[in-house]
Amino acid sequence: MAENKTHILVCGGTGCLASQADKIIENLKTEIEANDLENDVRVISTGCFGFCEKGPVIKVVPDNTFYTSVKPSDAADIVQEHLIKGRPLQRLLYKNPKNNYHVSDSSKIDFYKKQVRIALRNCGFIDPENIDEYIARDGYAALGTSLSEYTPEEVIDTIKKSGLRGRGGGGFPTGLKWEITRNVENDQKYVVCNADEGDPGAFMDRSILEGDPHSVIEAMAICGYCIGADKGLVYIRAEYPLAINRLKTALTQAREYGLLGEDILGSNFSFDIELRYGAGAFVCGEETALIHSMEGLRGEPTFKPPFPSVSGYFGKPTNVNNVETFANIPVIINKGAEWFSSIGNENSKGTKVFALAGKVNNVGLIEVPMGITLREVIFDIGGGIRDGKKFKAVQTGGPSGGCLTDKELDIPIDYDNLIKAGSMMGSGGMIVMDEDDCMVSIAKFYLEFTLDESCGKCTPCRIGNKRLHEILDKITQGKGTVEDLERLSLLSNVIKDSSLCGLGQTSPNPVLSTLKNFNEEYMAHVTEGKCPAGQCKDLLKYEIDAEMCTGCTLCFRNCPVGAITGERKQPHYINQSLCIKCGVCFQKCKFKAINII
Amino acid sequence: MPKVKLSEYATSTIKEICESFNNSESELINVLHQTQSKLGYLPAEVQELIAKELNASTAKVYGVVTFYSFFTMLPQGEFPLSVCMGTACYVRGAEQVLDEIKRQLKIEVGETTADGKFSLNALRCVGACGLAPVVMVGDKVHGRVAPADVKKILAECKEGCPATA
Repeated sequence: MAENKTHILVCGGTGCLASQADKIIENLKTEIEANDLENDVRVISTGCFGFCEKGPVIKVVPDNTFYTSVKPSDAADIVQEHLIKGRPLQRLLYKNPKNNYHVSDSSKIDFYKKQVRIALRNCGFIDPENIDEYIARDGYAALGTSLSEYTPEEVIDTIKKSGLRGRGGGGFPTGLKWEITRNVENDQKYVVCNADEGDPGAFMDRSILEGDPHSVIEAMAICGYCIGADKGLVYIRAEYPLAINRLKTALTQAREYGLLGEDILGSNFSFDIELRYGAGAFVCGEETALIHSMEGLRGEPTFKPPFPSVSGYFGKPTNVNNVETFANIPVIINKGAEWFSSIGNENSKGTKVFALAGKVNNVGLIEVPMGITLREVIFDIGGGIRDGKKFKAVQTGGPSGGCLTDKELDIPIDYDNLIKAGSMMGSGGMIVMDEDDCMVSIAKFYLEFTLDESCGKCTPCRIGNKRLHEILDKITQGKGTVEDLERLSLLSNVIKDSSLCGLGQTSPNPVLSTLKNFNEEYMAHVTEGKCPAGQCKDLLKYEIDAEMCTGCTLCFRNCPVGAITGERKQPHYINQSLCIKCGVCFQKCKFKAINII
Repeated sequence: MPKVKLSEYATSTIKEICESFNNSESELINVLHQTQSKLGYLPAEVQELIAKELNASTAKVYGVVTFYSFFTMLPQGEFPLSVCMGTACYVRGAEQVLDEIKRQLKIEVGETTADGKFSLNALRCVGACGLAPVVMVGDKVHGRVAPADVKKILAECKEGCPATA
């Protein structure tokens, strides 16, 4: 960030772009030019700020004024009030919901207070399309010192001492993985970055690539130096066009600066990176499947050993790490292993990025130190449950994880504790559910995902999950029996024990954890034919409370199938044989006159 | 599936793409990506030609095309609708939105309406969880969609708002 005095940072993450962040940038630039301020103020499109709930968000530095829910039409006011008159524009400041006070400084907002940003250190601070801004924040310093001052063994030793574990879900120690790959003798080795983020409801890796692509490039080069590879590959989802473009720009810039290519920084070390595109297959998050996909094959996993560290891409030793793991590397080398291992708890060091979503007030991307409790994440950072509803469950680990209840809210979040509680860290999806969510339906939802994504290679996963899904479907229709619950648990354990890869071995987790934690809810479905949360369509009906109904006709006018009848200013009535239970009347009614029974 | 006769343009495009990847079988996925982005979809005839160019079996190409959800063998509608079925959208009612679109367009997921106007897909996470539930029309993101909004979104398309707006 060079000569300009003031910078307006506009979030250019996918969520904010979807709410017209690009138009905001355009309007700001026009207003700034119209007021002859272009020499003093620069508008920058950055990576994700994380506070997606209040997007589009913008931040003015150096005074750190944080504006939320900005619209393109607000540009003129921001320029007039903030830039010309020098006072924050009150109406766009974040309002603390607890006391309704405006908060101007982003670091004082509850959402950010408990966060520690390491992997996301540059997201929302720099222009991801400008390498100079990355360099200005110590970018490529770690690559420089590694190449000039340390041997590969020393760098690996630092990573080992830092205690960094794989952030893609498994939690394998990163330094050890590098060491194993280094120790395999071969003329050709590869560094692979797994950017095939497939968890539904997770967007951590994408945000890092969109907001700070150079941190991943730098770390891959360091990894190449350590394991003795001159070639890196990023396996990225084709569905992430913005991340792909920013990564491509960053690669070109790094080559221009001599930070990739032949003889990097005069060290005799050469390294370059190519992109490989995923095509939408969740199973490709598994190392061996990912490698097959990069080779142009169906992404089916194969038996380990041999591990990719020994025989990976085209049979050569290959080190696979995910985006977030790589993003931690440069900081560890710059600040030292001791600094990194001082954050977190005993067996899980550093921080973890989570995509916090679902029924919380503050949906967004957060990075918290390991060891923080679920309660702190959901109620302090997340601001509690929406619409004053009651917390019911939190799902971590995506389709491989499990649902935890209020009993587990106070356990410290780390790899081992989450597994002990029946879930897992996963890549960082965290979905919060409230009293209106039916846990049987949630288990069924995840099973649908697994069914779709199972590669079909192993019978237990291909057919077992199908049977699990059928039983769950039966239960949500009110046709289940108590024996079905036993069958669910028995079959789940068989699938876990007999599948080849991580997908099959973990696919029954959502079923097992909900069976254990929400047994009463399953029982209500099978013994009483009732869905306590009012979600299972076949088990509920909508009825109009004649006393509450004012006869406003809103439901009558919106019902898509004409199932509602009634005269103006008279109570209305739903014809159950016509009702398709779409819920439109329930959403539209302003008088709470429609009940779900 | 109706037979498709490949145009000269399609044939030469496919050949060029294969050549740019040195007709190497291991570049199959990249070839498919580029072909789909140029031609819109990958019918059997396209797959046969790619197999020939890369010196691979058609079965292998078909195996890869059908394995990955990104590849499609059917032409997409003028307005490709995608409903995000990521968990965040699901818990905020994406399924009801999807049901309503299915009902109004009378098509299932993966199908295109008879007039070629709309096609319907379910996506896994667009990354705009703050706006859940999300429906995309082409590149345009509609956030916080309720079943009652579906009618308006479809009407907007029919009125001629371009899918890329």
